[in-house]
Amino acid sequence: MKTITVNIVTPDGPVYDSEVSMVIAVTATGEMGVLPGHIPTVAPLGIGAVRLKKENSTELVAVNGGFLEIRPEKVTILAQSAERATDIDLARAQESAKRAEALLQANKDEIDFKRAELALKRAMNRINVYEGNV
Amino acid sequence: MASLRDIKTRITSTKKTSQITRAMQMVSASKLSRAEVNAKAFVPYMNKIQDVVASIAAGSTDTSNPMMIARPVKKTAYLVITSDRGLVGGYNSNILRTVMSRIRERHTSNDDFVILSVGRKGKEFFAKQGMTILESAIALPDHPTFSDIKELTRKAVGMFADGTYDEVYMYYNHFVSAIQQEVTEKKVLPLTDIQPTGSTASYEFDPSAEAILEVLLPQYAESLIFGAVLDGKASEHAASMTAMKSATDNASDLINGLTLQYNRARQAAITQEITEIVGGAAALE
Repeated sequence: MKTITVNIVTPDGPVYDSEVSMVIAVTATGEMGVLPGHIPTVAPLGIGAVRLKKENSTELVAVNGGFLEIRPEKVTILAQSAERATDIDLARAQESAKRAEALLQANKDEIDFKRAELALKRAMNRINVYEGNV
Repeated sequence: MASLRDIKTRITSTKKTSQITRAMQMVSASKLSRAEVNAKAFVPYMNKIQDVVASIAAGSTDTSNPMMIARPVKKTAYLVITSDRGLVGGYNSNILRTVMSRIRERHTSNDDFVILSVGRKGKEFFAKQGMTILESAIALPDHPTFSDIKELTRKAVGMFADGTYDEVYMYYNHFVSAIQQEVTEKKVLPLTDIQPTGSTASYEFDPSAEAILEVLLPQYAESLIFGAVLDGKASEHAASMTAMKSATDNASDLINGLTLQYNRARQAAITQEITEIVGGAAALE
């Protein structure tokens, strides 16, 4: 089976580096599946889970922002932050989800609202990836 | 001549000081090795983002993204990276001197520029000069992660985008080796000098090159700043290590001198005592 190299890099160092058979990521325009031999492409990423399919397993990585660079034999994901499912601190994610929800309830001004919304999205993404329900 | 007891006190206190400086030297040495690892971990990210930015910029010549266009300069921002504490030798003063001389060359009035400061030393210095500090980040951890300075980089890039200032220069100490750091000036914004590095593939863009640049360029500028902060931190630990090493060396020189002086004084006292005893005995005969 053909495989493609996937690199996930953040400013704090590389997070993931492995051969997979398919990559599915959430880009700004929707979900995008990448198979080996894909045409060179660049697409911005949203907050979401990247699914990395191997022969008979699927790994999940929670990604926040950044973009996806595809070459025929290699996929590079440059994100502001990224965590593998096993590295996620569930308690912290739940804590920040709660905090963000409280902020959303308070709903002071527009900027705070947007920021809280993003924080909530990030936290929910982490929790989902941790629990594996994507 | 100082009394025996005075010299003894000085020796003890100098020894205590040298113990402290030696400990600080070792702490800085271990922090330095960690900082170097951090700086290295950042390199692949930086290279990659540079690659992609360069190939997109090369592919589409008619980019109208405001971050890549030089506009008439009404206000300049200086992003200065210093340390929070002293005891780092010439680390801060080198940088501040360079920034001051640049500012004197380029501007006549304090209204023509603003300061963005990383580190307490820089903030205090510029505040004393009566300059405008728009944003500052102090008390950064010894090994900052991207989320620690995200706030500052986001604001620095955001204020360029909304026209608060028209260009951004960054000053930091570039880490050359443990004993050498170089004050470096770098133009962060606008991004006019993006050089293609190595292989430039032609990409498809989803949704469009413009939309991607809009996401990518701020991220690129932010990572430039983050890279400089990491570099500056490595230099800070190196400078601190060197400063503490020379302090320890100076202390041991001082201790040697004082010990010599102490022994001389002790000998003189003994000689004097003997002379007195002999003199007393002779007087009795």
